[in-house]
Amino acid sequence: MSLIRKPLNRRSILRAGALGGAALATPTIFTSRAWSAGYLNEPTGAEVVLGFNVPQTGAYADEGADELRAYQLAVKHLNGEGDGGLLNTFSSKELQGNGVNGKKVAFVTGDTQTKSDAARASAKRMIEKDGAIMITGGSSSGVAIAVQSLCQEAGVIFMAGLTHSNDTTGKDKRKNGFRHFFNTEMSGAALAPVLKNNYGTDRKAYHLTADYTWGWSQEESIKKYTEGMGWETTAAVRTPLGAGDFSQYITPVLNSGADVLVLNHYGKDMVNSLTQAVQFGLRDKQVNGKDFVIVVPLYSRLMAQGAGENVKGIFGSTNWHWSLQDEGSKAFVKSFGQEYGFPPSQAAHTCYVQTLLYADAAQRAGTFDPCAIAAALEGFEFDGMGNGPTLYRAEDHQCFKDVLVVKGKENPSSQFDLLEVVEITPRSQVEYPADLLGGELGACNNGA
Amino acid sequence: MSTRTSPARDYIFFAIFSVAVLTMPIWLEPIGAGYPDLLQKFAIFGLFATGFNILFGLTGYLSFGHAAFLGVGSYTAVWTFKLLGMNPIPAVIMAIIASGIFALAIGYVSLRRSGIYFSILTLAFAQMSYNLAYSVLTPITNGETGLRVLRSDPRLFDGNGGQEGPLIANLFGVEMTGWGGFYFCAIILLIGFFIAQRIFRSPFGIMLRAVKTNQNRMTYTGLNPRPYTLAAFVISGMYAGLAGALMCITDPLAGAERMQWTASGEVVLMTILGGAGTLLGPIFGAALIKYFENIFSAFNEQTLHEIFSFLPDFIEGPVISVAGLFVGEGWHLTLGVLFMLIVIFLPGGLMEGVSRIGKLFKRSSGKSEPNRATAPAE
Repeated sequence: MSLIRKPLNRRSILRAGALGGAALATPTIFTSRAWSAGYLNEPTGAEVVLGFNVPQTGAYADEGADELRAYQLAVKHLNGEGDGGLLNTFSSKELQGNGVNGKKVAFVTGDTQTKSDAARASAKRMIEKDGAIMITGGSSSGVAIAVQSLCQEAGVIFMAGLTHSNDTTGKDKRKNGFRHFFNTEMSGAALAPVLKNNYGTDRKAYHLTADYTWGWSQEESIKKYTEGMGWETTAAVRTPLGAGDFSQYITPVLNSGADVLVLNHYGKDMVNSLTQAVQFGLRDKQVNGKDFVIVVPLYSRLMAQGAGENVKGIFGSTNWHWSLQDEGSKAFVKSFGQEYGFPPSQAAHTCYVQTLLYADAAQRAGTFDPCAIAAALEGFEFDGMGNGPTLYRAEDHQCFKDVLVVKGKENPSSQFDLLEVVEITPRSQVEYPADLLGGELGACNNGA
Repeated sequence: MSTRTSPARDYIFFAIFSVAVLTMPIWLEPIGAGYPDLLQKFAIFGLFATGFNILFGLTGYLSFGHAAFLGVGSYTAVWTFKLLGMNPIPAVIMAIIASGIFALAIGYVSLRRSGIYFSILTLAFAQMSYNLAYSVLTPITNGETGLRVLRSDPRLFDGNGGQEGPLIANLFGVEMTGWGGFYFCAIILLIGFFIAQRIFRSPFGIMLRAVKTNQNRMTYTGLNPRPYTLAAFVISGMYAGLAGALMCITDPLAGAERMQWTASGEVVLMTILGGAGTLLGPIFGAALIKYFENIFSAFNEQTLHEIFSFLPDFIEGPVISVAGLFVGEGWHLTLGVLFMLIVIFLPGGLMEGVSRIGKLFKRSSGKSEPNRATAPAE
């Protein structure tokens, strides 16, 4: 304020006017995309930029860190460094390890903080500033859905990372968004028969549910399938995401008359709630003449590691597990292990696969145009990625593949060997009609 | 704030400020901030902090719950989109009205106390609003998932559903994303700044300063400070609501985390960092924090390698591992250090730094100005 000491005179007014005029004229330079490319962020140099948007802080930070490792590994393999990983077992042989469409793959990263706002800001930065042609990541369905709709509006492809809610490819699906991970509908379908065999058909379930789209979705799916086989649902209580302390939610379980506790939690939330439930002695209880049991419908090795001893004997479902013995899984575990010294999580796997699938689609389409890539991914059948034969269904951009039902191992042989695969539920058993979950894909947007 | 003000000087100052804001895309390009989303954030949070400063900078009342108004503004804006259509003007108006009413209610209760009690009351109200939005009012706010505009919404004025194309705010054909959104926010920021400038200079502003300086004395002279503080509270609530609406105009999604206490704390940081009680300070503070949040958090090892590649390898390794602590997910750490340095050495915020530098160049002889270091918050 006090920096300006000149009195107001004719000259200063003229000068201010000229500057103001120039300032008002500048927007036209930026708004006119007249000379720009046929689609948003068309790579013109020798590089193509991908945006990796993962949680580095918050309840899902562990998953985010593992996702980022997987992305970096995928970029290495695409550029021909390292041992090539899944490129060797992937059924499509288009990618040669020399980049994509002759361009070297580069990437930018961002922190979603497990918050929709921050995730969208970070994705926008990647699109607007760094020129990312594809965004991938997300360890929370709320975030994934928010970023997916942003990418649809902006006109880039979104390859969803770890997101398990039905809504991502159901109610909130988008033409520019694709998901390799499974969803709660599939979890329910795969888990129910195993629960029936182990715990019978006469059970009373109490749900603790993370209060956002994924929790709601999982609660609904599990209820649907367990009630279908005769279980009763005593209560379903919503808990805030990232609550930390779940004791106030666990105490009422004891007096509810329920004999099954279903924890619709993930990440650190699940670690905390499960640990506290075990500390409260729930698993030593007898209710209605049966042993009290806990079920964690969505499992991951990282969570099992966090919860330690407490996961023993607990059932859940997972997208992929490193102990699988097919060629793809072995190749991935090997190259990931060589790079980082420990086996990858399911989050890492899905993110790695998504990156490769995107690159392959771009290579097959011969362009980075989002609409052409979407067309190349739709209805794409592939194998050799660790999940057996897989289909990217065109109607809802959801991958269909086998689902694993796992159980916490009683006698782990190492700190990573915590889950054992109880059953590999075949793809046919978890398939559902595309219109079951509602939603509409809309039209493809390439941002031009 | 300089005592040598005159209307003419204010207008020149405002003109220069306008030019600076509108040309941000050019002069911020070299430091990597010249892209629309970040510049929108600069403008939006600048406005938020400017409004906060009317309350905190002038009356000294430290509200720890301003994010609640931001959230109310956001939800109102998205609901206006859903019900009326994607034009930003009704959204802005509705958001200002709704947050104003909300601020009136909270202010009426909270302003019965001052000092720390006032801060705690506002914090409590904001936390209540956050929890309401997060879980209880899920039908209205859609909880954690966030409220979005859907194709099936009525949208009275721009026709229902059927039409194709992205669901983004649209001012008579200009899409409110990218540069269009930035210029819209920038113009609103300029209007908001102009109003703030007028308030600072008005008799009303002087009354507010009197509240800060010595409220007892004001009461003894027979003046009731309550109406003044309440008015300041409502005005700053409206600014916050407006900022919330702009967030939704540039990106039609409202999430509850916007109302969390950390968001309220952020605006306090912005104001103090920039200089409470100054006109420009809060805007500087907001820009600085948003710059750190968006640019520093995006640095990864790769970027550090590029920056330090001139160093020999054996030095580069350790330098990168130390620097790595302060970027990426560690950007909070950098911000914390910076905040400490500023509060310790420049209690008046960045603006004190600016005026100190200004004085160096002025070389004014004779009487030195009395020390005008702004009193720290509370």
